Amino acid sequence: MLHTLAVLVENHPGVLIRVAGLFARRGYNIDSLTVCRTEDPDLSRMTIVVSGDEQVIEQVRNQLSKLVIVHTVTDLTEQSVVDRELALVRVEVSAETRSVVLQTVEVFRGRVVDMGRSNITVEITGDTAKIDAFVNAISPYGLLELVRTGKVAILRSEV
Amino acid sequence: MSEEKAGLRGADVLLNALQSEGVDVLFGYPGGVLLPLYDALLDSPIRHVLSRHEQGAVFAADGYARVSGKVGVCLATSGPGATNIVTGVANAYMDSIPLVVMTGQVSTSSLGTDSFQEVDIIGITMPITKHSYLVKDPRDLPRIIKEAFFIARTGRPGPVLIDLPRDVLAKENVEPFPSEMKLKGYKVFGEGNNGKIEEVMKALSECRKPVLYAGGGVVTAGAEAVIRQLTEKANLPVVTTLMGIGSLPVGHPNLLGMVGMHGTVTANYAVDDCDLLIAVGVRFDDRVTSGLGHRFATKAKVIHIDIDPVEISKVVKTHIQIVGDARLVLEEMLDVFPGFTVPVVADWWSKLGVWKKDHALSYDLDRLTPQMVIESLGKFANDSTIITTDVGQHQMWVAQYYPTVNPRNYATSCGLGAMGYGLPAAVGAQIARPNDLVILITGDGSLQMSIQELATIAQNKLPIKIILLNNGVLGMVRQLQKIFCKERYNQIQLDGNPNFVKVAEAYGILGIQVDSAEQVQSALEAAIKHPGPVLVDVTISPDEAVLPFVPTGNEITDMIVR
Repeated sequence: MLHTLAVLVENHPGVLIRVAGLFARRGYNIDSLTVCRTEDPDLSRMTIVVSGDEQVIEQVRNQLSKLVIVHTVTDLTEQSVVDRELALVRVEVSAETRSVVLQTVEVFRGRVVDMGRSNITVEITGDTAKIDAFVNAISPYGLLELVRTGKVAILRSEV
Repeated sequence: MSEEKAGLRGADVLLNALQSEGVDVLFGYPGGVLLPLYDALLDSPIRHVLSRHEQGAVFAADGYARVSGKVGVCLATSGPGATNIVTGVANAYMDSIPLVVMTGQVSTSSLGTDSFQEVDIIGITMPITKHSYLVKDPRDLPRIIKEAFFIARTGRPGPVLIDLPRDVLAKENVEPFPSEMKLKGYKVFGEGNNGKIEEVMKALSECRKPVLYAGGGVVTAGAEAVIRQLTEKANLPVVTTLMGIGSLPVGHPNLLGMVGMHGTVTANYAVDDCDLLIAVGVRFDDRVTSGLGHRFATKAKVIHIDIDPVEISKVVKTHIQIVGDARLVLEEMLDVFPGFTVPVVADWWSKLGVWKKDHALSYDLDRLTPQMVIESLGKFANDSTIITTDVGQHQMWVAQYYPTVNPRNYATSCGLGAMGYGLPAAVGAQIARPNDLVILITGDGSLQMSIQELATIAQNKLPIKIILLNNGVLGMVRQLQKIFCKERYNQIQLDGNPNFVKVAEAYGILGIQVDSAEQVQSALEAAIKHPGPVLVDVTISPDEAVLPFVPTGNEITDMIVR
């Protein structure tokens, strides 16, 4: 099953390769990985989506924690989180399909961010399932290009 | 003092930082980018031991670390110097040996341009180092050195690599930053976690067939004395890994011997039959489990005590897990003893006694055998005698027949199984403990992988005794080809071997030839009496086999014994 790990790492050159190298040589599968600086400029946060059974995930977490540049590893999978992905999708449009494509974009609360003569580019955010659903819905009209960020996630605040 | 003299170069800052860590010796080999460092070394009290190949330097640092318990330090130049240390770094990583490995690097301005003798040694060694640093600012050196030593020796020890660009070493008038460590992400587990001792003691009290399985973690933690107390109080049978040899002195009545591929029958039977396995500082290596983690000690409740959380449930599913330092955890167990109900193990011991009697290690007594040489050698050894070995058949015979009493007196390449380790490791051991007798037991294949280090011995007048068990073949591979390839031998014949006695003599080392059983005793006596280095070339048969033997893929009770 897919697990979402929030990994707080030091923000300096060579950190990504330590994490990526670990996954590669131990044979763990990265489904997606996003990384950017946090509110503390000395730290970066990686959101890693990884697939594996309980034992594999336990190993991944322990192996990650063992890296000197990793501060914390949190498995967000079983926790209450807000997660988002952003996608930019270029879709073919013709006179016949233009309105239905735009309607679909609206239903998914996407935004048209660029428009050409025969295609439009849509920005869409949401959880992974929503992006998947949008891509499925729009594909019949002619999906030209798709860029996804991979998931970022944050724990929900206690109410 | 003139103003320019007062200023520190990067190399001086580095050497000062090494001194603050208590470093008294570096094993190394110079090169172009290290000129500033070798220049600064002339004015430093730190001793430099010149090897004849960088691999010799890193293995020597490893041997030094194993017999002293301190961090071993070595130095190699950029490019080929750096790539030559890779095997040694992997060796230390596999066996959790604390090393600080320094490599020269091209100047920061040339980095990434494929300049002369440039390699990305950080990239090359990333999977085999505990951590690594590329120093870009000489002012960071005190902190980096301090962190490197701390990381190398704490927790599960291992090698830390520091890549030193030439301009960082050459930079003048360096005003170093404070040495305060910044290691927020580095976790060390000390005392055992979450009050599981009670659970462990309950299991121990209720069991009828316990086995304690001790490995390298016992040695790292210095837990030998505690193991012994625990063993004696609860009358526990003990098996060890190759790394754990000496955890309980060889000859102690509770010791069943080494477990695994070339373990004793009793040790393997005991692990298979036990109802409680207390695994301390081990990683269930495939040389122990025969690669069958799921069929290992299946009748037992398994307790795993290890300082590295990654090892827990990596290979064998365990029932009680304690992450912590072996000594601290075992001490906690000992604390419970007043009022503790010791397990009833009399029946178990009588079963073990039968196995021990029926399956004792044995060899032919009517001719010159390697086992006989090693046992004879054991009679000359005292409590401080150090043995180093290479890798192959002789290594296993030493594991089986040499009476190791203290694990710090024993250095061998375990996890990596690196031939060529023994001679340079003996160099490091003798430098670490100049007053103790150091004996290398090696084979003719292994010795030739590091034979150039005979010059290091000669140059430093190290009185190392080299016992060469010379069968003219790569014996371990030959044994495997005999069994698995139906005696279709290939590339194991070492016909071009030199006359090793003459080779030794060419280096100014005393050479002694032994061709018969009668000569063994007197040759060993002469070697040990001789004040300088000696090589004893013992001719043995290529047909000698290491037994028992569990063929890969067999369960550990399925052994070839004769």
